[in-house]
Amino acid sequence: MAFISSGYRPEKPMEGRISDIGPHKYDSYFPPVIAENFGKWLYHEILEPGVLMHVAEGGAKVYTVRVAGTRTMSITHIREVCDIADKYCNGFVRWTTRSNIEFMTDSEETLAALKADLATRKFDGGSFKFPLGGTGAGVSNMIHTQGWVHCHTPATDASGPVKCVMDAVFDDFQNMRLPAPVRISLACCINMCGAVHCSDIGVVGIHRKPPMIDHEWADQLCEIPLAVAACPTAAVRPTKVEHDGKKVNTIAVKADRCMYCGNCYTMCPAMPIADAEGDGVIIMVGGKVSNRISKPKFSKVVVGYIPNEPPRWPSLTKTIKHILDVYATDAQKYERLGDWAERIGWQAFFEKTGLQFTHHLIDDFRDPAYYTWRQSTQFTF
Amino acid sequence: MAKHATPMLDELEKGPWPSFVSDIKQEAAHRAANPNGLDYQIPAEAPEDLLGVLELSYEEKETHWKHGGIVGVFGYGGGVIGRYCDQPEKFPGVAHFHTVRVAQPAGKYYSTKFLRDLCDLWDLRGSGITNMHGSTGDIVLLGTQTPQLEELFYELTHKMNVDLGGSGSNLRTPAACLGQSRCEYACYNTQDMCYQLTMDYQDELHRPAFPYKFKFKFDGCPNGCVCAMARSDFAVVGTWKDDIKIDQEQVKAYAAGELKPNAGAHAGRDWGKFDLQAEVVDRCPGHCMKWDGAKLSIDTKHCVRCMHCINTMPRALHIGDERGASILVGAKAPVVDGAQMGSLLIPFIDCSAPYDDVKEVIEKIWDWWMEEGKNRERVGETMKRLSFQKLLEVTDTEAAPYHIVQPRTNPYIFFKEEEVPGGWERDIKQFRERHQR
Ligand code: HEM
Ligand code: HEM
Ligand code: SF4
Ligand code: SF4
Ligand code: SF4
Ligand code: SF4
Repeated sequence: MAFISSGYRPEKPMEGRISDIGPHKYDSYFPPVIAENFGKWLYHEILEPGVLMHVAEGGAKVYTVRVAGTRTMSITHIREVCDIADKYCNGFVRWTTRSNIEFMTDSEETLAALKADLATRKFDGGSFKFPLGGTGAGVSNMIHTQGWVHCHTPATDASGPVKCVMDAVFDDFQNMRLPAPVRISLACCINMCGAVHCSDIGVVGIHRKPPMIDHEWADQLCEIPLAVAACPTAAVRPTKVEHDGKKVNTIAVKADRCMYCGNCYTMCPAMPIADAEGDGVIIMVGGKVSNRISKPKFSKVVVGYIPNEPPRWPSLTKTIKHILDVYATDAQKYERLGDWAERIGWQAFFEKTGLQFTHHLIDDFRDPAYYTWRQSTQFTF
Repeated sequence: MAKHATPMLDELEKGPWPSFVSDIKQEAAHRAANPNGLDYQIPAEAPEDLLGVLELSYEEKETHWKHGGIVGVFGYGGGVIGRYCDQPEKFPGVAHFHTVRVAQPAGKYYSTKFLRDLCDLWDLRGSGITNMHGSTGDIVLLGTQTPQLEELFYELTHKMNVDLGGSGSNLRTPAACLGQSRCEYACYNTQDMCYQLTMDYQDELHRPAFPYKFKFKFDGCPNGCVCAMARSDFAVVGTWKDDIKIDQEQVKAYAAGELKPNAGAHAGRDWGKFDLQAEVVDRCPGHCMKWDGAKLSIDTKHCVRCMHCINTMPRALHIGDERGASILVGAKAPVVDGAQMGSLLIPFIDCSAPYDDVKEVIEKIWDWWMEEGKNRERVGETMKRLSFQKLLEVTDTEAAPYHIVQPRTNPYIFFKEEEVPGGWERDIKQFRERHQR
């Protein structure tokens, strides 16, 4: 490999340097019909799962075809998206917040051709490249994080379990039979880069063993005071131990105070926390961010642990599919999963879903925990 | 022939949902074939080795990535996340595998020209694998080596006129819903506010000066498609003050079953005939709607603008004309102190360009947080530690009932000294003249 210079000169980093220019302006790449009708949209309709029609005041229409994207995506795939957009959409395309891809056109004929074309495209392995869906009262694409594909703290993979869950609920990606939209997301550790804490169904990777301590390296790899300060439960303290006949500065962890958050590991690489047996996922349900009818709310933990079962995570997908089906059968129209659980009560939620209630599900983290205990004699037998 | 056998990952090629494994394999094949005869600047086998190291994680159920270390581009504190593999001999193609965040246009509309240029750049100087998009909203270029970072930055800024996104303890890449570009519910130009503020605060974005990260997000209406209230320290959520506009003829058409309710969102099941009374009026959280069979009326005073009726009958009901936004402050994910939702600070703010009113609030909050915030403390945590009252004070906001769900249930009130006649300095001698010890 011969190094190809971009023009940058390392010996003069500031020469001709361009910085602080920000993103491209949002309207640089509007399809013409979007540019012409900006701010003039009157109403919309979902023509079929994955196909939207927006109508503007003057009568102009734009058809949107929404297809699933995988968040982890190759440039070969992006180039294929570009080919499609060049062929049908004047060279414009957009991505949604949930990693879906949207192709837009103002012509009904183009819409039909586009849909037909997208339906034929499959990966060599057999999966669809661009399945339509993710609209209305169904399941949209999952928001997720990096997992074993790129991060150092995950307690589970992200892309893999997401693939398995979306395979399991694929019908509901392409249908709108649910009482309300269901948003599923996954974060591979409790840092929750994906902010799954307000999802109808959230999957979160958790560790279950306190970090190990690499005494030989602790003092060399880490600023010990930073690791101490990072621990939210004050489980980490500095200490000295005998190692290979030498006294070394290192760290001690009070195991019964640790809730396995991994903050210390983020500060100090000599405290690895990942563990095949210890790690796995929890399921949280009932969160929402929309203000529609009820207020936004957090998701609640209803399954305290499911082991990692690569490559297909069968227990996880089965449980999610089951929760979704019980909700679909029992909830009233417009009720989000959390609204339904609150109407029937969490006692009934566990009865109807058959999920096992265990001590892990009772909050014991700081002050807010108290407000989640039952302070009333009203309950059912 | 694949470099590594990946029997477990191959299982993820099955099923209907797009398979990222098939996709990475096609990238591996593309790089092996090298149709454009590129002199790849990082190992051509990067995608192969990515599959290899992932397969190893699938066998062992543990990650094989190490801490990042400090890598980046000159003068910026964010935009690059360092990453190294802990099995570099087995997987040399991903031994160094840093992430580069590229600033996305608000609303994520692209031309294929822009995307193709980016792909060409990443073909030559990176792994060919991306995230479209990261959870904050940026384009994430996944996997390159340190010597390529400045080259990438140079090409991005000089040839593509685009910048890096944020990471670290600074302003993170702001994000907006698609707003007025294609949504009739948008109460202000979310994309423009996002763009303008991103441009005005470039320094804050690239150079960490904050106690911890700070995120803006812009939703055009209370439906909250970018989840601003749950995911951003500073959420701007569109709203309006006057009447919901009602087209009575269209209401009748919905009631008569001539129009698809919910814009067709519930079409996958037979829910029976649309019942305007039960499905809309009775579910209105403001209890402010009336339907007499011919006319729908809304008592605006009690409407909480939840969007339900408008979502249900988008052809009949439209957002009001006196538009602006509410500002909610302090949302964060659970680490460390538990999850927080944004709390309402400003009920209504003008949202016309150049957004001086909004910026004034932001800057007042920053001044306070940069002064008082502890290291790695999100503004929501500072609010909890120092009180909501303090936030009101530093933003010159008058306390009002809309700030709360209920008043306090304890009598532990802090008064300001000037609120109490005579202040707190008292004369013990005088007291003793009235009261023996
Ligand atoms: C204290 C909490 C958090 C910590 C310590 C943390 C740490 C990290 C780390 C180490 C990565 C690198 C993953 C990789 O190697 O690619 C990452 C990625 C990322 N994080 Fe976080 N994170 C936190 C919370 C969040 C939250 C709440 C969000 C957004 C709402 C977020 C947004 C992102 C984004 C956009 C990325 C890039 C890739 C992705 O989308 O997953 N992070 N974070
Ligand atoms: C019942 C409440 C909701 C309604 C009525 C609603 C309405 C809409 C509408 C009309 C759109 C289409 C905008 C367009 O592309 O023209 C949309 C898109 C979107 N909404 Fe919502 N929304 C709701 C709740 C939510 C929630 C709770 C979330 C996030 C957790 C969310 C996330 C999104 C996202 C990410 C998109 C972009 C398209 C996609 O990826 O599927 N929405 N929503
Ligand atoms: S959620 Fe945790 S493990 Fe996953 S990418 Fe974010 S920091 Fe890494
Ligand atoms: S994992 Fe979290 S709780 Fe446990 S010692 Fe480390 S920082 Fe403390
Ligand atoms: S937040 Fe409101 S305005 Fe923005 S896209 Fe969603 S529904 Fe439309
Ligand atoms: S927006 Fe919500 S509160 Fe207001 S009238 Fe409609 S349903 Fe009622």
